[in-house]
Amino acid sequence: MLGLEKKDFRLLLIVIGLTMFAPFILNPFPEGAEMAQFNAGYPDLMQRFVIFGIFAIGFNILFGLTGYLSFGHAAFLGAGSYGAVWMFKLLSMNVLPAIAISVIIAGLFSLLIGFISLRRSGIYFSILTLAFAQMSFALAYSVLTPITGGETGLQLALDDPRIFGASQTATGNIPVPSLFGLEMRSSFEWEVGAWLFTFNAGYYLAAAFMIFAFYMSIRIFRSPFGMMLRAIKSNQTRMSYTGLNARPYTLAAFVISGMYAGLAGGLMASMDPLAGAERMQWTASGEVVLMTILGGAGTLIGPVLGAGMIKYFENIFSKINETILHSWFAFLPDGLENFVVAMIYPFIGKGWHLTLGIVFMLVVIFLPGGLVQGGQKIAALFRRNKPEDAKPNATEPAE
Amino acid sequence: MDQFILQILNGLDKGSAYALIALGLTLIFGTLGVVNFAHGALFMLGAFVAVTVSNLLTLSHKVIDETRTDFLGNPLQVDVPYLYDLFGQATGDTIIDWAVPISIVVAIPIMVCIGFIMERGLIKHFYKRPHADQILVTFGLAIVIQEIVKYFYGANPIPTPAPEAFIGSFDFGVILGFDPNQIIYPYWRLVYFFFSVIIIGAVFAFLQFTTFGMVVRAGMADRETVGILGIDIDKRFTIMFGIAAAVAGLAGVMYAPINSPNYHMGMDFLVLSFVVVVVGGMGSLPGAVAAGFLLGILESFASMSQVIDILPGINQIIIYLVAIIILLTRPRGLMGRKGVMEE
Amino acid sequence: MSKSNFSRRGVLKTGMVASAGLALPQYLSAQESGYTNAPGDSEVILGFNVPQTGPYADEGADELRAYELAVEHLNGGGDGGMLPTFSSQELDGTGILGREVKYVTGDTQTKSDAARASARSMIEKDGAIMITGGSSSGVAVAVQALCQEAGIIFMAGLTHSNDTTGKDRRANGFRHFFNSYMSGAALAPVLEAAYGNSRKAYHLTADYNWGYTTEEAVRTSTEAMGWETVNTVLTPLTQTDFSSYIAPVLNSGADVLVLNHYGGNMVNSLTNAVQFGLRDAQANGQNFEIVVPLYSRLMAKGAGANVKGIFGSTNWHWSLQDAGSQAFVRSFGTKYGFPPSQAAHTCYVQTLLYADAVTRAGSFNPCAVDEALEDFEFDGLGNGPTLYRGEDHQCFKDVLVVKGKENPDNEFDLLEIVEVTPAAQVTYPADHPQFAGGALGSCNPGA
Repeated sequence: MLGLEKKDFRLLLIVIGLTMFAPFILNPFPEGAEMAQFNAGYPDLMQRFVIFGIFAIGFNILFGLTGYLSFGHAAFLGAGSYGAVWMFKLLSMNVLPAIAISVIIAGLFSLLIGFISLRRSGIYFSILTLAFAQMSFALAYSVLTPITGGETGLQLALDDPRIFGASQTATGNIPVPSLFGLEMRSSFEWEVGAWLFTFNAGYYLAAAFMIFAFYMSIRIFRSPFGMMLRAIKSNQTRMSYTGLNARPYTLAAFVISGMYAGLAGGLMASMDPLAGAERMQWTASGEVVLMTILGGAGTLIGPVLGAGMIKYFENIFSKINETILHSWFAFLPDGLENFVVAMIYPFIGKGWHLTLGIVFMLVVIFLPGGLVQGGQKIAALFRRNKPEDAKPNATEPAE
Repeated sequence: MDQFILQILNGLDKGSAYALIALGLTLIFGTLGVVNFAHGALFMLGAFVAVTVSNLLTLSHKVIDETRTDFLGNPLQVDVPYLYDLFGQATGDTIIDWAVPISIVVAIPIMVCIGFIMERGLIKHFYKRPHADQILVTFGLAIVIQEIVKYFYGANPIPTPAPEAFIGSFDFGVILGFDPNQIIYPYWRLVYFFFSVIIIGAVFAFLQFTTFGMVVRAGMADRETVGILGIDIDKRFTIMFGIAAAVAGLAGVMYAPINSPNYHMGMDFLVLSFVVVVVGGMGSLPGAVAAGFLLGILESFASMSQVIDILPGINQIIIYLVAIIILLTRPRGLMGRKGVMEE
Repeated sequence: MSKSNFSRRGVLKTGMVASAGLALPQYLSAQESGYTNAPGDSEVILGFNVPQTGPYADEGADELRAYELAVEHLNGGGDGGMLPTFSSQELDGTGILGREVKYVTGDTQTKSDAARASARSMIEKDGAIMITGGSSSGVAVAVQALCQEAGIIFMAGLTHSNDTTGKDRRANGFRHFFNSYMSGAALAPVLEAAYGNSRKAYHLTADYNWGYTTEEAVRTSTEAMGWETVNTVLTPLTQTDFSSYIAPVLNSGADVLVLNHYGGNMVNSLTNAVQFGLRDAQANGQNFEIVVPLYSRLMAKGAGANVKGIFGSTNWHWSLQDAGSQAFVRSFGTKYGFPPSQAAHTCYVQTLLYADAVTRAGSFNPCAVDEALEDFEFDGLGNGPTLYRGEDHQCFKDVLVVKGKENPDNEFDLLEIVEVTPAAQVTYPADHPQFAGGALGSCNPGA
């Protein structure tokens, strides 16, 4: 189906199902209930899940397949966002041209940086990409302020000279990004009993892009090109002895993953028309590395899971403050309550970075294949009694 | 001319910090073959050893002073350090004043221990794993260490002054025949420079002139053969990790009076020191030191206002620009060996 | 699916009764209330968006303390803080318009992206009716723009750049904190009195928006009184060692160094400047001087003894003797054991001002709040008589010029107030060149 093997097609169907029903899946707790704060089914976070999913899928095409660890991918995401916001400012509030330009800009930018950086490999490549990204960040933050908005970020203004569409709405406000009139932030809400599900236009647009991106990534993984990239990872020297030049392939992978990052940047700007320079900082690049590894580098679904997990931490976990903790453990005797809260508090709320760091270390140490490998290990436990033929499936690198 | 000399001094001073960190990084990489992204965190821990020592020295008990009031109008509770009770006020003050030099003595065993624990507890398991995994796990460790420090010490910088005797600056210009005040340089920064020269010299001498150092160098060149000769090279490498941690920690202790330590100073230096290592050539100790000083000097020149006026923003990117140019023209850095970290 | 934009919990509260079992899908084209996140009858939710991680985490923590205190006082707990001293006596400790005040917190990480994400989650998920907080101008401007789009009121926390109520002003955003222009205008006369009017200044400026506006403000007002600007040098935000920027200062012919730095930058550049002996040096036959336009006590603490004798400006300081300030310091100090910072003060005041405006307007509708806050004059909140100007949503009030204290009485006593510059002296027309290029637009009630 669609040029996919049965197993991959099933995976694609699962991803489609998950994204389409995300508003239900992410909102398992009724509104107003104690657990409702673990609900993640609100537009902003759902959008971030799929957008960072795209970013991580793209990063995985480079890192997962070729093994080239780029520490500068955030620069492409940032460049894409700037391109998109400039399209909103100058051309129209329609998101399609903005997304198109962001992919193009990121593609060109990654072609340039990839062309230079890929002359080296190993840690030298990592440092080169890191250096380029840091340069982009430093310049965007300061000298390039007229183009990038500097610290404040590039945002829309009431007097933007938009070619198609008005500078201001009738009520004197800045128009919002839309797809042929369908506003990205508009939502449709459905109440079922005590539950409230939100279906957001922007989310579904981003989700459609992510499904497409995911499909493309399966095709790349299964193509001869993907095989070639994997050959580069396993033994580049041997490849060059057979007369193959690896560079065009790695460069292609680099540019493709750069364009994925640009797509993510364009979508981010479409959901929320502001592009900040810190999107390009090396820590932002580090974040996508974390996502990919956490989920499982080299696997198809892993990066998406990793992205989801980190964004969930950042947005839900970080909101749990001391007062909430006290209310959870209010049933305990006072002294014990304070003790339990004091023990847990460093790890959640504002301490979420600490938890993230620990989880990340545990994953790298014990699950080099990421969460996907963890899932497989658990699945393998249940499958132990099955006939031998199930085994190759379980030990094969997850894909 | 005076500007020129000043910026060279600045460059040497900045460079000494870079060189010390890069030296430690290279020691670890050269001996153990591990890329340690947590090295900046070790530098930061060193600075916080100084903070902790000065906190411990000023550990005090409260005495209510009825003559003064606090911000709420209640009688002021004055903190009296226990040191006053032990040695009297004057001696107590002197000891507190010398907190940073005292920390150096304290920091060496602490940092060596931290190094041992890190190597035995974590790094050891990553010798056979790809470099990417090493980078990632140490990156995770760096996040954890810095968050723990933040939990205990907060996010704001903590002032850790140098002893009274080193406050103020030295007038170089007068010696060189300039007018007074033309070239002055703070004492503590000069101390930092000489300190780092001594440490670097000591590390080199240790590797060059001791049997232990000889074995380690042999192990760096060919670990397997040394192993076959029946030498327990692993144990020596662990010790080298401890030494590298101590070097980073000492760099941090001495840096505390220059800039008030805060929890993310390690990350600030990490990227930079990696650039230094790569420019110097992965695995080359002299390269790391030379690149540290070189980049320090270049950075200082790039931040002269005469230069910024011609090339706006150059001070923001000079380090990265140099790294890119060196890596493209001299693929293995200034003094790197062939085949290191290129798989 | 046209216009339901940002709305959630409010809707749910109103519609909860009807929905049992499976309700039919419905388009929420407009809420009955006509504005986003209209609160229910029993409680109202405020969103406190402060930096909890990153370099400003300590200031964020102090802001959060102030917010918790404000909520406590609004709900009738504690000693009432500044409620009794506030000139408007509408608030009676029964929450806002009879609704109990609840709050949600978020982490801005001092990044505009993260701050907007956090604010959006408060609006979309938690149903916050107002967002407040922040400890940097980039974040304030970004969140303010978001709140404008969403139809939510934004009460800025600590943000000092001219742009917040200048180039980037928004109808739904309000700032109580002072700004770069006011710092310059307040500092200049004091500097003239202390250092004379024939000084030569050397500026080191953090290379981003806030640095630019502060440098411009201080330069303009010092040049107006006869000072000469020898040089201005931009320093990277990520710089930690300023030695190569400080070293050339003494030979440049300048006799005053202005450090347009904040936060960690300020701590480090000031420390470095003192290390290089600038505070004790002589130049052009006069004592060399250092000026730090924006002081913060939390940051002054980081610089330790280096701040002694150095002039700067601040929005508020706990040692003020008026009834409002004293009430606030007592209330905050009793609860937490140390005096509040200026960030805490502005956040506390902003919360009270919002609650009061809602009460006077009789509605949570952002447009009604807008109207109630615009050109509102009040007193008793620590800064003397204050005007919330309608043209740009900036507060005009006295500005404090402070100096690092030579002999501190206790660990919080780092700054001494040199002069309280009257509001009239720091007032400027809304179309002043330093604030040009922005437009409020019109209030947006969302939904």
